[in-house]
Amino acid sequence: MSEPGVSEFNAMIVPEDDAATEGMALESRGQWANVLRRFVHNGQAMTGLVTFMLLLVVSFTYTMLHPNAYAALSLNVNAAPSKAHLFGTNSIGIDMLAQILKGVLADVQVAILVAAMAVMIGTLVGAVAGYYGGKVDNLLMRFVDLILVIPVLVVLVLLAHIVAQKANNWLWLAIIIGSLSWTYVARLVRAEFLSLRERDFVEASRALGASDWRIISRHMIPNAVGPIIVNATITIAGAIVLESTLSYLGLGIQPPSVSLGLLIEQGQNSATTEYWLFVYPAAFLLLLIVSVFFVGDGLRSALDPRQNRVRS
Amino acid sequence: MTTYILRRLAIGVGVLLLASVLVFTLVAESGNPLGPLLANPLTPQSTIRLKILALHLNDPLWQRYWIWFSHVVRGDFGVSNNGLGVGHQLQIHMFVTLRMVILSTILSIFLAISVGLVSALRNGTVVDRGVSVVNFVFLSVPVFVVGLVLKTFVAVPIDQHFNRVVLATAGEQNPLATGNFFQRLPDYASHTILPTITLVLATYASWAIYQRSTLLDVMNSDYVRLARAKGISPRRVLLRHILRNALIPVTTVIALDFAGILGGAVITETVYGWNGLGRFFLDGVNNLDVNVTLAYLMLTAVIVILFNLMADIAYGFLDPRIRYGKR
Amino acid sequence: MTEPLLTIDDLEVSFASGEGDIQAVRGVSLSLFPHEVLGVVGESGSGKSVTALAVMGLLAKNAQIKGSVHLEGHELLGLKERALAVYRGKSIAMIFQDPLTSLNPVYNVGWQIEEALNAHRDLSKEELHAETIRLLEMVGIPNAESRVNDYPHEFSGGMRQRVVIAIAMANNPGVILADEPTTALDVTVQAQVLDALKHVLENSGASLVLITHDLGVIAGLATRVAVMYAGRVVEIGTADDIFYRPAMPYTHGLLGSVPRVDDDGGGRLRQIPGAPPSMVGTKPGCPFAPRCPMRVEICSQSEPELRVVSAPGAPPPVHMAACHRADEAMAMPIGSMFSDSSADFEEPPTP
Repeated sequence: MSEPGVSEFNAMIVPEDDAATEGMALESRGQWANVLRRFVHNGQAMTGLVTFMLLLVVSFTYTMLHPNAYAALSLNVNAAPSKAHLFGTNSIGIDMLAQILKGVLADVQVAILVAAMAVMIGTLVGAVAGYYGGKVDNLLMRFVDLILVIPVLVVLVLLAHIVAQKANNWLWLAIIIGSLSWTYVARLVRAEFLSLRERDFVEASRALGASDWRIISRHMIPNAVGPIIVNATITIAGAIVLESTLSYLGLGIQPPSVSLGLLIEQGQNSATTEYWLFVYPAAFLLLLIVSVFFVGDGLRSALDPRQNRVRS
Repeated sequence: MTTYILRRLAIGVGVLLLASVLVFTLVAESGNPLGPLLANPLTPQSTIRLKILALHLNDPLWQRYWIWFSHVVRGDFGVSNNGLGVGHQLQIHMFVTLRMVILSTILSIFLAISVGLVSALRNGTVVDRGVSVVNFVFLSVPVFVVGLVLKTFVAVPIDQHFNRVVLATAGEQNPLATGNFFQRLPDYASHTILPTITLVLATYASWAIYQRSTLLDVMNSDYVRLARAKGISPRRVLLRHILRNALIPVTTVIALDFAGILGGAVITETVYGWNGLGRFFLDGVNNLDVNVTLAYLMLTAVIVILFNLMADIAYGFLDPRIRYGKR
Repeated sequence: MTEPLLTIDDLEVSFASGEGDIQAVRGVSLSLFPHEVLGVVGESGSGKSVTALAVMGLLAKNAQIKGSVHLEGHELLGLKERALAVYRGKSIAMIFQDPLTSLNPVYNVGWQIEEALNAHRDLSKEELHAETIRLLEMVGIPNAESRVNDYPHEFSGGMRQRVVIAIAMANNPGVILADEPTTALDVTVQAQVLDALKHVLENSGASLVLITHDLGVIAGLATRVAVMYAGRVVEIGTADDIFYRPAMPYTHGLLGSVPRVDDDGGGRLRQIPGAPPSMVGTKPGCPFAPRCPMRVEICSQSEPELRVVSAPGAPPPVHMAACHRADEAMAMPIGSMFSDSSADFEEPPTP
């Protein structure tokens, strides 16, 4: 993926037209049960969900039980995978399994924070743009275009450089990635609101004297929840990619902290000799991202069933 | 049509100007270029003072912006930390990067459209499912992982098998190579294949997925049904009706994604050790080299805006509704 | 007895879906004779559009089609795209429902008509142009010469539908299928489009299958009428038969539900209570039984076949209805079967 986190939105998001987004709008409570059912029947989606959950649970439990294992030096340097060290040890004797699992946690931690930020900012911006339309919309969208002129990665490199030396830099990383990831949620929410705005129930609410904020929060946002959730999932995957790329460049999570991208960078030159230093971190990174993607795609198809066009 | 183009051009220039302000503010506030000098206790005060003057660090922000901007519009990008002209360096690095980026983009477009078409035509079959999974995997893999995997598991075994460097993985060309362009072509090729493949694999997937879904929508549309009902040949339906309409949305997507391709190029260059714009930029950032960073960002902005403009124009050509407006 | 142009014989269409098989068409048999307009009436979900699409071979890949469709003596079902292309546009043409999406937005109107002409004829450039203008004028597009290079989005809905008609008529097909051609249009525009259709039929002598849910549209044009419900033809006869002597309670309901100009305006609309049945899976008995005020025990047990209800010796075409109590239904005056007060009608037990 050339621009991690960016391109997949173009692919995932249903084209911005009324019919498509209306298909995703949930009309009644009963639909959630249907959505769940469709998701559960989707093999690919369930595989993704199970894998992701497994990764999460295993990493969490392991790091809880062995909180310092990821930094524990030993003399058992560059050892190949064995029963004692499932994924071998690195050049300073640290167990790779511990490092990998800690890396998984770090990545997920950052990604979820990013997604939360992206959803909050994006929904706000998109809602305002879509609801008020006209000049406000124009202004906000020009602003979004402006942000997107420079590749996200490039801006991140610049910003990450500033925060690289700060303490708790994972938090700062999440903040800077989040501050650039909200544009897709914004576009989506805006499209949804632009079409919902014309619907009768909005007119009716306004006629009854409901304030703008009430209409937005009570009537329109709930209808956009489906696509927002899908987008949030995809943002999580995209954030993992961005963060691991930054770590690979040395601008992300810094040692002695661990991240999968960092591990890959450390292991890249030994890929042919000590393969476990490269292959396993890469495999876990891949597994993590792909599983989140599968979940996101599964949610998307569960929310927008392509029914056969059975005409009368 | 001309008004349409002119309007897009004007918007593009406007965006560029705004971007320059944003970019300058970002870089100017992003770090203290005096940092390394101050950190070193042996630096004489005179050097520091000279540096402050040279970089106008005591002037207000807008004034610094104006100084920089007035130089840039005259083509003067200033001097980098190592004393060389930035504009000149930019040119050299640009040729290196652009040849990989342009080649990759063209190949990605072909790959994405073919893959999308095949999946759409074989919708629902095993082929479609399989291709979708593959697309997904490439969509999710970060660029650097693709590059590293290709380096380790493709280049090394192949080179070992042939007992010579077939697929070079370090740098963009052999520095010792001599001869004219055509004599050096095999060398260029050997160095360029893997990075190009890396960037292509990283880029094509989202376009392919989007093209597939656009194709399916078009194939199910009323006007395609009418075209079939006319009794024209299936091949004509595919070319003149389905593809003609389905290729439109993907052009915009591709052009909008170009910013992402440039980002991906930075990573690819890092993985393969190319001395292109990516390295230029990363070094600039690490050395707190303001002029280098600014020049790179402006160049990127220009390229992206240019491509967006080309996409808008292409879209205008392809969709008469844009050209003639709605009555 | 003249040979029919088009024969649909026991057509069955079902779609595989997540919830089970949807039986959209359950055994439809119709014939279309030269110089006639066959109206096909029914609610949404009755299977009328699916029938037309099945005849043209335009259904989605997941449609399972059984039965037979004969056109000019050839079997159409099961033919591949390339084989069907020989007939489509030349012997049989179709007009679709939504004019706003039926035309390709990126080609001008003249190009699209010429494409239809080129598909089956070999004309020179001048002949193509002349023929295109003639077709546009025939359907009533003003300033055809100047508008021939305009794009679909530069036409109104009604005019676009007329272009669609022109395309359908381009090669003088003997059979035209019109699937709800006026449903998406305003009432005034409807009249214009129907006029264009009438004009076109008079000039070419083609036969028309007019599918609609609007009885008013049928009344103006159709010579014979077939009524469809739940995927089957439940009544068929001349327009007079259907409008004046309906023999199936459903037809009564359709006729009675149309508000009349001479109503005193005080009463409520007479509706058929209940809703069309779900088309998933098969259930025993007549599908209309749950909503039928004349239902008896046998109605929920066995599905009635189409049988002749016109007097023996009456001239063809015969009047047929699928109802166990057809003779009694035919005797009832129109408008009396369904009351306008829902209180009179006890809710049927849910099947």
